Amino acid sequence: MDREISGVDAVTDFLLELRSEEIPARMQAGARAELDKLFRAQMAAAGIDVGDFSIWSTPRRLALIAKGLLDATAAVSEELKGPRSSAPPQALEGFLRKTGLTQDQLEDRDGVYFAVIDKPGRATAEVLAEAIPAIIRAFAWPKSMRWGKDSASSESLRWVRPLSGIVAIFGEELIPCEVGGVASGYATRGHRFHCPGEITIGSASDYAEKLRACHVIVDHEERQAIIRDGAAKAAADAGLTLVADEGLVIENAGLTEWPVPLLGRFDEAFLEVPPEVIQLTARVNQKYFVVNDAAGKLANGFVCTANIDAVDGGAEIVAGNRKVLAARLSDARFFWEQDQKKTLAQHAEKLANITFHEKLGTVSQRVERISSIAATRLPELIGWDEEKARTMQPRLKLAADLAKADLVTEMVGEFPELQGLMGYYYASALGSDVAEAIRDQYKPAGPNDDLPSNEVGVLVSLADKADALFGFFAHNMKPTGSKDPFALRRAALGTIRIIVENNLRISLTSLFSAVDWERLYDSKGADYSDPTEEIVAFLIDRLKVQQREAGVRHDLIDAVFALGGEDDLVRLLARVKALQAFMASDDGANLLAGYKRAANILKQADISVAPAKAGAAGDTAVTMAAPAFAGATDVDRALLAALDTAEPAAAAAVADERFTDAMAALASLRAPIDAFFDGVMVNDPDEAVRAYRLGLLARFTGAVHGVADFSKIEG
Amino acid sequence: MADAAETKSLSFQDMILTLHAYWGARGCAILQPYDMRVGAGTFHPATTLRSLGPEPWNVAYVQPSRRPTDGRYGENPNRLQHYYQYQVILKPSPADLQEQYLGSLAAIGIDPLLHDIRFVEDDWESPTLGAWGLGWEVWCDGMEVTQFTYFQQMGGFDCKPVAGELTYGLERLAMYIQNVDNVYDLRFSDPVGDVPGVSYGDVFLENEKQFSKWNFEVADTDSLFAGFKAAEAECQRAIAANVPLAAYDQAIEASHLFNLLQARGVISVQERANYMARVRDLAKGSCKAWIDSQSDAWTAKYPGWTL
Repeated sequence: MDREISGVDAVTDFLLELRSEEIPARMQAGARAELDKLFRAQMAAAGIDVGDFSIWSTPRRLALIAKGLLDATAAVSEELKGPRSSAPPQALEGFLRKTGLTQDQLEDRDGVYFAVIDKPGRATAEVLAEAIPAIIRAFAWPKSMRWGKDSASSESLRWVRPLSGIVAIFGEELIPCEVGGVASGYATRGHRFHCPGEITIGSASDYAEKLRACHVIVDHEERQAIIRDGAAKAAADAGLTLVADEGLVIENAGLTEWPVPLLGRFDEAFLEVPPEVIQLTARVNQKYFVVNDAAGKLANGFVCTANIDAVDGGAEIVAGNRKVLAARLSDARFFWEQDQKKTLAQHAEKLANITFHEKLGTVSQRVERISSIAATRLPELIGWDEEKARTMQPRLKLAADLAKADLVTEMVGEFPELQGLMGYYYASALGSDVAEAIRDQYKPAGPNDDLPSNEVGVLVSLADKADALFGFFAHNMKPTGSKDPFALRRAALGTIRIIVENNLRISLTSLFSAVDWERLYDSKGADYSDPTEEIVAFLIDRLKVQQREAGVRHDLIDAVFALGGEDDLVRLLARVKALQAFMASDDGANLLAGYKRAANILKQADISVAPAKAGAAGDTAVTMAAPAFAGATDVDRALLAALDTAEPAAAAAVADERFTDAMAALASLRAPIDAFFDGVMVNDPDEAVRAYRLGLLARFTGAVHGVADFSKIEG
Repeated sequence: MADAAETKSLSFQDMILTLHAYWGARGCAILQPYDMRVGAGTFHPATTLRSLGPEPWNVAYVQPSRRPTDGRYGENPNRLQHYYQYQVILKPSPADLQEQYLGSLAAIGIDPLLHDIRFVEDDWESPTLGAWGLGWEVWCDGMEVTQFTYFQQMGGFDCKPVAGELTYGLERLAMYIQNVDNVYDLRFSDPVGDVPGVSYGDVFLENEKQFSKWNFEVADTDSLFAGFKAAEAECQRAIAANVPLAAYDQAIEASHLFNLLQARGVISVQERANYMARVRDLAKGSCKAWIDSQSDAWTAKYPGWTL
């Protein structure tokens, strides 16, 4: 890049290091982004082009290197237009205040004041000396603190942990600055234990290498690579395979300046505890990776990441970590054994003491509701025959009644993320359908999570979500904006995925209405308005979001849903997909144009074009065209004839769920409607002819509405 | 090798004496344990009350800590209903607090180039004291050996200035240093001449058995409930009478009786939050009364200091 100032090329590299006591690993990525943002803002405000710069972090420092900054900012001349010279004096005063000039410094150009402000270029070093304290003071940490003598005042500097040093070097020159009693200098510190003394940095160019010589790898990505590859190698050297965990890689890189992955083994006897428990114990409590054996099963090994090159090669470190893990696993095994001294049914008794939500009773009461929905209502609602419903009912009831029992086990108390899974293990004697249903009750947890694996699980999971949606909506605790404290969006998405992907034919309205509010929700006379309509609308809203990724148009979902009565998600989507294919065709696009034209004409004539809601009595809004009318032309009659054919054909196809046929029936209207608009004038001077043609158009829009509300379709 | 390492390592009591010498040499007053039942060293008024206000305060002490629900009848190698914390308070927090702390680990025999010492984020919060701070749990080869906190608030009041608090788990550290897997196998003291040394089990195993039984099975819950109410009332009386130190004793008493009631399993989930709020009110009220009683002296001595 060729930049020139005052006739001399002058660019210089800048190094900034902010040292502090150990920054929490989880905050380091955010801190890098914050430093990036604040540095850019400061430089932009001063008019300094920053080009490329790098930001690194370790537990003890944030570092920034900006290459090729100009040594000075360009001089700029700024011109501001002021009031007319004839304007009242207040306007002039205001302008002078704003610009900081006096009246004789203004230029009068044809009766308008102009202020010309020359800003001389500033030395970049000077800008940086002001920018650094500003960045530090403006820095936003998720949590910050005060410390030391200065904290006797409430105004003392806040930082994530005590700020201990600032290195700021522009070229080879120190940028002098001071904030919170910490002055900038050339000195930093190396690794806490390997190299505890001060080291002097000369410039940005020797920073990373000098630190490396002092056992600090300042580039977090390099440390991540060392951990990722080193952990895999440590496992492979022992004939094992590392269970990759990128979150752990990043966390360990945030805990070390000199990462050294080390493999250790634990007592094989612990493998009797479920592998998920071992993995979680190792990961959450100790930040260890786990390893698999050749058969892909969890092996009795772990990889920890030390922060030193230990003098004994790490033997003591591994031994110490093994002992800690053994103590953790003993606890886990103790929980595992304790929990199994009782049956799940015995554990479930304790749920009566746990409040689910103050307005929605105890967890026991919630279980009772889920059980009633899953075992009594859902089988009929999704159309199982009586025999199947009767056979499955005991399994459904068993799974639902025990689903939440693991919440009061020791293991789930220790590891809440194992809810469901521990229930699965503890229910293993009750049959795989029930055990898996318990495991799967919270599924799917997201757009890519698995669905429940069997029918019992499908119904229990659906009931779980339906109860949550109903209860919270009935008490008006709906998600708003970014707030969704009861995870109802996730419940809605789960409901949609379970229904759609299992092809369940269920009326959402029936699912959410006819609930025994008083009895099941222990409402004690609380205000209650039936939330069914709101829940269904919420689900359709989430459906639009969810289907967007699959390329389904949200306006077409609206067009079908707006007809009312369409609360069967499977049918709704089939209809939307047929509609979308139709709209992509030439016939569809033209028919939509014809529809919009017809709707406009009707609107001008004050004739309602809203589709009749399903179940509403009669079509009173539209004036039907009489079959025989003396003033009709061939074009009119052709349209009428086409309607006579298409209308019942479309209706029959919709009723039979042959939606492609329904679209074909609509397509047959395209030619006649085009010919109609080309061949006749709707607003005929003869009132009778006009009324007849308006009637024809009303019938046409009505026929279209039999398939979808085209007024909702965009384009 | 193991034998050599074991004879070289400090006994439990020598570890405490070494820490006393270390922190005493750095200007700490070496206090004695508070003579009441508490759940942690933080409850000692030398921490709770003295971390408030502008006066410098540098102390170290051992505090026996009782956690009734952690009792395991002497059968668990790691868990005890009564154990020791070593507590250091340095106010204001010195700039080299981390280095001073690491020096204390070296003093009791932990070599940081042989063992992996780490500062892992762990923000401390005590809902019953209305207190919180930021800091770390210090790991030694993956084991938490110390809680390291910069107090930000105590009793709901800002700490001005901030105190640094170090809480060492003495049994864990000793197990580490002595390389034993069972707390009862710790060498409490070493033999001297004909006088045999004693193990941690010699001193405490029977206590763990009997107190676990009392905590979980025997303690009379009616008396505990009555005691809680009495302590609560007495705390409020003492606050009203402007004797905040006496009030704070009653807050500690109520807190411990609540812990015992928990161990007896007679406090339901719903009631738990309510009891904790009551204890917090007592602790906060005592802190407030302490500040009220001292603030004239503080502002006279430290002009410009405000609450």
